[in-house]
Amino acid sequence: MMASLLHLLFPPSVRSPLELGSDVAIVLTSAAIVFVLTRYRKWGWLWREWLTSADHKKIGIMYLIAAIVMLFRGGVDALLMRTQLAIPNNQFLNANHYDAIFTTHGTIMVFFMAMPFIFALFNIAIPLMIGARDVAFPRLNAISFWLFAFAALLFNISFVVGGSPTAGWTAYPPLTELAFTPGIGQNYYLLALQISGIGTIATGVNFLVTILRMRAPGMTLMRMPLFVWSALVTSVLILFAFPALTVALALNMLDRLFGSTFFTLTSGGMPMMYVNLFWIWGHPEVYILVLPSFGIFSEVVATFSRKRLFGYAAMVASLVAITVLSYGVWVHHFFTMGAGPSVNVFFGVSTMLIAIPTGVKVFNWIFTMWRGRIRLEMPMLWALAFIPTFVLGGATGVMLAVVPGDYQFHNSYFLVAHFHNVLIGGVVFGLFSGMYYWWPKMFGYSLNPRMGRWAFWLFFLGFWVTFVPQYFLGLAGMTRRMYIYAHGFGWTGLNQISTVGAFAMGAGFVVLVYSVVWSMRYGERDVTGDPWDGRTLEWSLPSPVPEYNFAQIPTVTDRDAWWAMKQQAPAGAAAAPVHLRPIHVPKRSAQPFGIGLSFFVVGLGMVFSWWWIAGAGFLGVIFCILLGMFEYDLHEEMSVETIRETEAAMGRVGA
Amino acid sequence: MLWPLGACALLAGCGPQYVVLHPAGPVASTELHLIETVSIAMAAVILFVVALFVIALVRFRDRPGNKAPYSPDWDGSRTLEVIWFLIPVLILAVIAVPTVRQTYALAHLPKQADPLIIDVTSLDWKWLFEYPAQHIATVNYIEVPTGTPVLYELTANSPMNTFWVPQLGGMEYTMPGRVLPLWLQADKPGVYWGRSANFSGRGFVDMLFDIQAVPAAEFQTWVQGVQQTAPAMAAAEYQRLLKFGTAGRATYSAYPAGTFPQTTNGFSLQGGMYMPTAVPGGASAAASPSAAMAPSAAMAMGGNG
Repeated sequence: MMASLLHLLFPPSVRSPLELGSDVAIVLTSAAIVFVLTRYRKWGWLWREWLTSADHKKIGIMYLIAAIVMLFRGGVDALLMRTQLAIPNNQFLNANHYDAIFTTHGTIMVFFMAMPFIFALFNIAIPLMIGARDVAFPRLNAISFWLFAFAALLFNISFVVGGSPTAGWTAYPPLTELAFTPGIGQNYYLLALQISGIGTIATGVNFLVTILRMRAPGMTLMRMPLFVWSALVTSVLILFAFPALTVALALNMLDRLFGSTFFTLTSGGMPMMYVNLFWIWGHPEVYILVLPSFGIFSEVVATFSRKRLFGYAAMVASLVAITVLSYGVWVHHFFTMGAGPSVNVFFGVSTMLIAIPTGVKVFNWIFTMWRGRIRLEMPMLWALAFIPTFVLGGATGVMLAVVPGDYQFHNSYFLVAHFHNVLIGGVVFGLFSGMYYWWPKMFGYSLNPRMGRWAFWLFFLGFWVTFVPQYFLGLAGMTRRMYIYAHGFGWTGLNQISTVGAFAMGAGFVVLVYSVVWSMRYGERDVTGDPWDGRTLEWSLPSPVPEYNFAQIPTVTDRDAWWAMKQQAPAGAAAAPVHLRPIHVPKRSAQPFGIGLSFFVVGLGMVFSWWWIAGAGFLGVIFCILLGMFEYDLHEEMSVETIRETEAAMGRVGA
Repeated sequence: MLWPLGACALLAGCGPQYVVLHPAGPVASTELHLIETVSIAMAAVILFVVALFVIALVRFRDRPGNKAPYSPDWDGSRTLEVIWFLIPVLILAVIAVPTVRQTYALAHLPKQADPLIIDVTSLDWKWLFEYPAQHIATVNYIEVPTGTPVLYELTANSPMNTFWVPQLGGMEYTMPGRVLPLWLQADKPGVYWGRSANFSGRGFVDMLFDIQAVPAAEFQTWVQGVQQTAPAMAAAEYQRLLKFGTAGRATYSAYPAGTFPQTTNGFSLQGGMYMPTAVPGGASAAASPSAAMAPSAAMAMGGNG
């Protein structure tokens, strides 16, 4: 009994030196954190100020920290893979280990790095940019975060308890069925993504309503900053795409846990249906990831060119066009599954159409710079790096849309290079740009630009060195997800170059993290609240922003609202508010944390088919929801006196 | 930083390891031709955009004494925006037309010759090839005649794989419960390696096979040799192949009936899901002589304990 339980929890796959080393590191890190929190009596502070907070800015910061931790995890996975592939016939990792690592790399980077990074920036910037005091549903916002956080935890413990999933981040059945992937690793994937998916859909609802309902007076839809537009269409994409993933995961879970036969090989199962459902979500997901970055570039390029955004209406129209088109291209992920020429041609051409609005956007960014004055600050560097990188990624995307070309490129390293080209060159560069851009707003100090440049060049050049050889590996016939390759295919040199690039990117990440730690103590403090000479409303506020955001809700008269205010009253734009009234701020609550924790218990119980644990977790969820129903007032009032004091302390004198 | 692929593909100066750039048959040639067309178009786009980008970056840097015009409120130009709406439209039209044409063209077998039919089943983790007209079977390699189109009927008795021989042409999935068609042709004698490109579990990297293309007469000799000298595949041998594990090459003078599906998800192979040949009544799926069988029996996995 005990022995079989131990075998279930710690199968051979989690007992290799690599895992044991990680176990030790995790235990030591956890112990260090517990020690520091206890030594400096920070438990109460952590609980009251952060874990129970419903303040969008704090939730944003927690998302950001989680995203960077997950970037580390996914990045380590990537470096392990690149190490394994550096030489032919390498015995560093075995097949099972490599399969687990590419699966967790993809899953973590998409669901637990990029998504929370995007939500971090939404949370931090969107309410401030539209002149709101919080999101529409602050409590739900906190619930979303804790569902994500506990789902990420659930997914990550698979590494050391029970074994990781090994079927790739796309997790196609019938490979993911019990007959071919026994064990519980795949259950972690299904349950963790399902739980974080609930949070993601709630976030979509939240930002859709926030943007539609909570804009400051005068901010019409066509006066919204582009980043707000991108958040709006992203929310719509989430609402209409994620349910398809929910269904796909649920059916696969039913197959694995309850013996149904939706996608099995036997009893009339139809694996192809999963592939359709997955990509009906999966392609809009690509735009869920990249459109926020497009929004960030639009803000950053305009700010650091000291010029109005070029072609605003076309930019908005492009976002909407991409949103609509993104639902009509999913078959391009499987032209090679025998849909027939008519279907393939339809989806090939619809895919090419996306290049039109995307091309319009690229030209508009370049012409925002044209006749401007370009300052090469850190956010702008990342935005500038994006343009040529993304143009290459887009171009190879068109190459993949050429159906007969795709017959040769599908699942090869050409494809791997392409999607890293758009996901790193588009999404990650954009998120880094946004992180540097809003960092002073979040924390009240800037990140050291000299270290930032080092991190930038290492990461940017490392990116090109990593992925350009991979296009050629694709042409040389190397396919994705191969854990080992023989001599004689001519792949060795290209793989070695790629590995060198990957380690340069890793070094860039290390420098970036070091610059964060350094800047916490020594970084330049932002006393004005407007370090970049910004154009949008968040820069009218002091840094870091007080809990209630705006002491007085501004009235918007122009697209670049803050820029217009500065033009009208150059000296006193940030002048003291006149008519103060009490402000309702969201009350802190343990309920979101409780819901997340309960879902974690549900997930863990279901992963191992321990139904009494799952049942207990489920009761916990019900209990937390009921508890919330009896809280009649989710807000507390902040008095005029407190606001006045806070404003005065922030240097907004005369309040 | 600019991207040398287009030039490389054009010059064909890349070494023989770039298999996609060294086609040995009409399908791969057609595909490479399209890849070259779109590479040129995309290289032009990249050059144009990057040039514009670099000019903007150099000319409008915020430097003291920069004489370039500065118009902080210049936020649109109908003419310019129409131009760069039209640029991608035109380029995509140039790409889309041959894409559509060639996608349809590749879906049909060439008119002149009857194809050789090979039934392909991906197993965990080996390839089983059956020649229904010749009644012979092989594992992990095949021989084909040069200059003759070969119709591969693809299915899986395992998770999905793809059947890919880069020098002969692009890939198609092998899927359980379905039979997908793919035609390829080798014009030059030679050995062309193929592999699966879709991850199918821990033995995935071993989903390798060779296609040996030989002149037609030599192919006939090989077939006769196999029919006369190779052992027959017994049912037990087939069950053994179904088990998890890799395998070496094997050759069989016969194979059990019912190992390749005649129907797929309720559709008959002669029905709508199947690739038509250009010649009405020509050799097509109907030529597959495998005995009728219940799909569930063939699809049941053996020995996956």
